[in-house]
Amino acid sequence: MDIYRDTIIELYKTPLNKRRIEEADITHSGANVTCGDRVRIYLKLDKAGSEGVIGDASFEGEGCAISIAMASLLTEELKGVRVDEVLKWDQETLFDLLGTEVGATRIKCALLPLETIQKGLTGAA
Amino acid sequence: MAAATALLNLKKDFPLLVNEPTLVYLDSASTALKPRAVIEAVEEYYTNYSANVHRGLYDLSERATAAYEGAREKVRTFIHAGSSREIIFTSGTTASINLVALSWGRSMLKRDDEIILSILDHHSNIVPWQLLAKDIGCKLKFIDCDSKGRLKLDQLSKLLSRRTKLIALSHVSNALGTINQLTTLTQKAHAIGAKVLIDAAQSVPHMPLNVEHLNCDFLAFSGHKLGGPTGIGVLYAKEELLKQMPPVFGGGDMIREVHTDHSSWNDLPWKFEAGTPPIAQAIGLGAAIDYYAKIGMSKVRAHEHALTEYALQKCAELPGLTIYGPADAAEQSGVISFTLEGVHPHDISSLLNEEKIAIRAGHHCCMPLMDRLKIPATARVSFGVYNSTEDIDRLIEGLKKVQKIFKV
Repeated sequence: MDIYRDTIIELYKTPLNKRRIEEADITHSGANVTCGDRVRIYLKLDKAGSEGVIGDASFEGEGCAISIAMASLLTEELKGVRVDEVLKWDQETLFDLLGTEVGATRIKCALLPLETIQKGLTGAA
Repeated sequence: MAAATALLNLKKDFPLLVNEPTLVYLDSASTALKPRAVIEAVEEYYTNYSANVHRGLYDLSERATAAYEGAREKVRTFIHAGSSREIIFTSGTTASINLVALSWGRSMLKRDDEIILSILDHHSNIVPWQLLAKDIGCKLKFIDCDSKGRLKLDQLSKLLSRRTKLIALSHVSNALGTINQLTTLTQKAHAIGAKVLIDAAQSVPHMPLNVEHLNCDFLAFSGHKLGGPTGIGVLYAKEELLKQMPPVFGGGDMIREVHTDHSSWNDLPWKFEAGTPPIAQAIGLGAAIDYYAKIGMSKVRAHEHALTEYALQKCAELPGLTIYGPADAAEQSGVISFTLEGVHPHDISSLLNEEKIAIRAGHHCCMPLMDRLKIPATARVSFGVYNSTEDIDRLIEGLKKVQKIFKV
């Protein structure tokens, strides 16, 4: 499966931004009950509200290679992006970041970090 | 391998495996593949006599009724029940357990009565009792298991009280394969006047089973795990209990007389079968029972025991593989639950799928057990009569490939 490329496995084994941000403006947790993936995201905003820009982003959690690699890539991509832009991101954005599409059986794994981030942002905005 | 003589060679009986010869199907605990005889029995019903049962005064309906009631008799013989009045057709194990909760539970239990379950149980033997507990205020207690997934049955004496009205638990754990020894438990329950319900979804398809020997009050299982169609299951209950229990669903077929101000109920077992039943599904289940009975359940168990022994041995040779459950073929059915260090179970399953190997990954509808074992999920392989040692060899090769991709 194309998804299990070396770069994805590397991100799973040594994730990016897998840490806590003590001064986070937004924290939010999400889980996929069917598979036990759990993620907690931390966002630090440069400016508050929907006009704000994400200064720092991180996550903690446990899950499969797809969800952990996705959380790594997303938190990296978020930095410097306006909140209203992030709210427009969808499945296609994720496939671009991953460099491949994810099939129906695993799409929930890929979506979990973004859904958690967007829920955190709308809850806070 | 000494046990090789116990192995069956039945792949040819399963059209899906004939059509997909390279598929390695290792998810029979979820649902079993269908033997040709089942598919043909269902097709025969739909093609040649697809009439309703118990109603029509014509030959086709008579034939359908005979086949439907004939299937009930096959179930009775298969599980050694005393009377076909004790065999209720439902939509599956879940419906059977819910039926007991809704009928027997609601009518017989009171506030502060206690129900004992086990930490090994499937959600389908936990949630119906939680719903009942919320409704009438009864209490649930759980028998714990040890680190090998074996029930701590020595705890039972402490859990039992004069308020205990029911012990409901699985015969075989769907998540770990543990075979629970229930004879003493049933005796202890009966000694204090409590009833025993056995969730036999994972035992009926895999070993000889005799409800009179088990002396259980209720027993539930599904047809599809026995190679029958989906949408059919069985509730066995002792006749004296079924007589006392009120119907749960009202409608056609379950009544004797209906008036505008009252109704009276049909005889057993039809009192609990409102509406047009799953006729084709029951007939298919009857064909599945014929298929398994012809092999002989002792031979089915011997085959799966041999496969489990072989697989446990092969798994033990893989570094980083941890088995959850007894890890002893004598103590477990053909289910092996495991994790691979450094690889999430979902990734194992996805990568094995690339090799045409179907296994299950997740919590297996046993979230309390996963919490107890402090793991989010496991990968699970489970065997059926159609599996072979070659299937297990393919699995092991697949797992080695997973480890290579994940560099563990």
